[in-house]
Amino acid sequence: MSPAIELIDINKSFGDVHANRNVNLSVARGTIHGIVGENGAGKSTLMSILYGFYTADSGEIRVNGRPVAIHSSNDAITAGIGMVHQHFMLVEPLTVVENVMLGAEGGTFLRAGEAKVRAELGRLSRDYGLDIDVDATVGELSVGLQQRVEILKALYRGADILILDEPTAVLTPPEADALFTLLKALKEQGKTVILITHKLREIMAITDRVSVMRRGEMVATVETAETSPPQLAELMVGRRVLLRVEKAERAPGAPLLQVENFSVIDSRGVLRVSNVALTVHAGEIVGIAGVAGNGQSELLEALAGMRRPVLGTMRFEGREIGFDEHNPHRMRQLGLLHVPEDRLRMGLVPAFQAFESAVLGFSDDPKLGHGPLLDHDAMIEDLKAKMAHYDVRPPNPRLKSSKFSGGNQQKIVLAREIERNPRVLLVGQPTRGVDIGAIEFIHRRLIALRDAGVGILLVSVELDEIMNLSDRILTMCGGQITGERKADETDEQDLGLLMAGVTDRAA
Amino acid sequence: MSAPLDLPKWADTVLVPAVSVVCAFLVAGLVVLAIGEDPVSATRYLIQGSLGSGEGLGFTLFYTTDFIFTGLAVAVAYHAGLFNIGGEGQATLGGLGAALTVLNLSFLPGFLLIPLGILGAAAFGAAWAAIPGYLQAKRGSHIVITTIMFNWLASVLIVYLLVNVLREAQSMNPETREFPAQSHIPFMHEVFAAFGIEIPSSQLNLSLILALAAAFGVWLLIYRSRLGYAIRVVGSNPTAAVYAGISPARITIIAMLLSGALAGGLAVNELMGYQHRLLLEFTAGYGFVGIAVALMGRAHPVGIILASLLFGILYQGGAELAFEQPAITRDMVVVISGIIILFAGALDGLFRRLVVRVLHSTKAARA
Repeated sequence: MSPAIELIDINKSFGDVHANRNVNLSVARGTIHGIVGENGAGKSTLMSILYGFYTADSGEIRVNGRPVAIHSSNDAITAGIGMVHQHFMLVEPLTVVENVMLGAEGGTFLRAGEAKVRAELGRLSRDYGLDIDVDATVGELSVGLQQRVEILKALYRGADILILDEPTAVLTPPEADALFTLLKALKEQGKTVILITHKLREIMAITDRVSVMRRGEMVATVETAETSPPQLAELMVGRRVLLRVEKAERAPGAPLLQVENFSVIDSRGVLRVSNVALTVHAGEIVGIAGVAGNGQSELLEALAGMRRPVLGTMRFEGREIGFDEHNPHRMRQLGLLHVPEDRLRMGLVPAFQAFESAVLGFSDDPKLGHGPLLDHDAMIEDLKAKMAHYDVRPPNPRLKSSKFSGGNQQKIVLAREIERNPRVLLVGQPTRGVDIGAIEFIHRRLIALRDAGVGILLVSVELDEIMNLSDRILTMCGGQITGERKADETDEQDLGLLMAGVTDRAA
Repeated sequence: MSAPLDLPKWADTVLVPAVSVVCAFLVAGLVVLAIGEDPVSATRYLIQGSLGSGEGLGFTLFYTTDFIFTGLAVAVAYHAGLFNIGGEGQATLGGLGAALTVLNLSFLPGFLLIPLGILGAAAFGAAWAAIPGYLQAKRGSHIVITTIMFNWLASVLIVYLLVNVLREAQSMNPETREFPAQSHIPFMHEVFAAFGIEIPSSQLNLSLILALAAAFGVWLLIYRSRLGYAIRVVGSNPTAAVYAGISPARITIIAMLLSGALAGGLAVNELMGYQHRLLLEFTAGYGFVGIAVALMGRAHPVGIILASLLFGILYQGGAELAFEQPAITRDMVVVISGIIILFAGALDGLFRRLVVRVLHSTKAARA
């Protein structure tokens, strides 16, 4: 049987960047095939070529053994290829049926088309066990269900080969599990799935084979059963990587940051953090575990001074923070620094050159200029030194912030905050969208900071990361702290229950 | 991966606007052709009338001065993410500020009165812009809507004041008495004459120097100062501003104050430099031209100076053209500037894409 997809000697360049270099890939029919690689390794380019967003400079695409020319996504759909993007292409105010129908309405009037879509959706739902209300408004569905709509759209258009680009990046762990169940069902029905991800755990859990890309080249394709995460990581990065950072025991010092009875509402007036009490000591990493959207973001922003709590007290090094002091400017002065969860929306100004983003929050510092003016040369020199220290690539302070890869952007933000000698560092999602090589580096820096006596509050949706770095773990659910564990006295299952809101008292 | 719409800086700042202007002129040429006139001779009159004589050049630079001020006004607000459409109204109030200052302090010598008049214009312009700024910052009223409304309010207010309060006694014209002589900003030909150099006389006055200084000041402010940094953070990424402890509300008000003050510069050039009295409708739509100028100039002071010069040429050359080829009225100039706004502003993406494609294909051919 010929493979579902064969890519032969694909080349693609953007200017001087050789994004794909003689790439060969063969995906067997009825399998789940993983593609892993660091950011910028060329995975997305390769899939964009397969889906018709880009045309390869040279090379051949074969679908089911036949050479095909794919110049647009329509060609791809005709060839039986469907794609589920990381950022959904859905119209939120429309219903599921309407979204699936979009682009396949079948005539001036919608009635006939709609009936057909309904019948077909019913069949697909039965075949694959997709449980979804076809008349629900898409904008009101959870992210996991929205992703299901994307998959339904692709299936409705007759996709035999489904490409999923980082599908779990936006999902909660239970949603991710549901997705995997669905993918397995698709595979059993003879569909072929290509899964692009950088999470090795997912690769190990679900794929049959896995291909590794590095710097535009396909460096290996292996049977999943015959490989291991460390081996894959090494293939991706090109050197040995420690997936787990070593850290020494350290007794925590004096309490630095204490909040009590802390409640926060969001901009729409919804209570997002309710009655939280926590303490961060010197030389301690406190991790907050929780499914995304359970108030961690709001808590972090409130602690950083970006939102005022509606209730509660906050103490910094034992002194109570007054209402008027509760702003980011004052918090920075006190030594409470913040690596925000969303570096593109908060941590940097994407349109600014890197050296300008590297003073965000500190532009009033007298050392950065004279009187009302900023000294660009000094700022550039300063960032150059940090870039060398943090191995930011390319080490060009004048490059636009948006031009750096996610990991390098994160390093710029981390360098900015860490080199200001924080007393307490709030860290949100430090490794979201960051390469494995950079993750290791970032984890080491955080541990070094903790060893130097800084108190760190870590918020992350990656449970591995929380368990790996924290000394103490708090779980959050529905805006409340549902449990507290020492990192070495808990496991994933225990935390998972707490994150789901099963509290100690209830248990 | 490199973003598809990525351009080297020189192409972004020079090539794209140049292509837009050339295309705008080509389309305008078609319009001229369509009304049965010869576009080539029209172009000749346009260039000849604006740059061909010392006098013409003087008038061109006089208009350029106006446009630099209003262009900078739009640009400063733009950097804070605000679209200030209210240049007309702010300049009108700036005229009122200048007039009230120089008419009431006429006992002062010129070296004090002129700076005070300029400050009066800036302060009134700033105050008029501050109200929409405040409403945007604190109440969320959209700046575009409020500044447009404030243009109308300014125009009605000035009519009322000129007709009922400020009109010169015994005069039928709705205008103030002449500004005291020592408050007149010297004409360029007078200044040159003082050094024994004779240049043709025109409306051009020393306000041009003030405009260029303002352009330098805006560059320093926006790209080199802490305040400008904060303004750009708010304009480019308001969430990051909150993260950084920069108050978007405060910056919105400050940016509008600066913007309104710069719009007041139009009154300085027109009234203190040329008309020497406050009169109706001296702004003549130049506040709106500032929008086009700022768009074309990419909100950068150097770009704004160049775009102002282009619009100065259009306005002066257009007047000459209307005189030489009566079938082409001054309205034609409005059409041409409209086309430029369309091409430089709204269709910018189109030309950008075009330039990107051409650059990439030549690069590929070389490789």
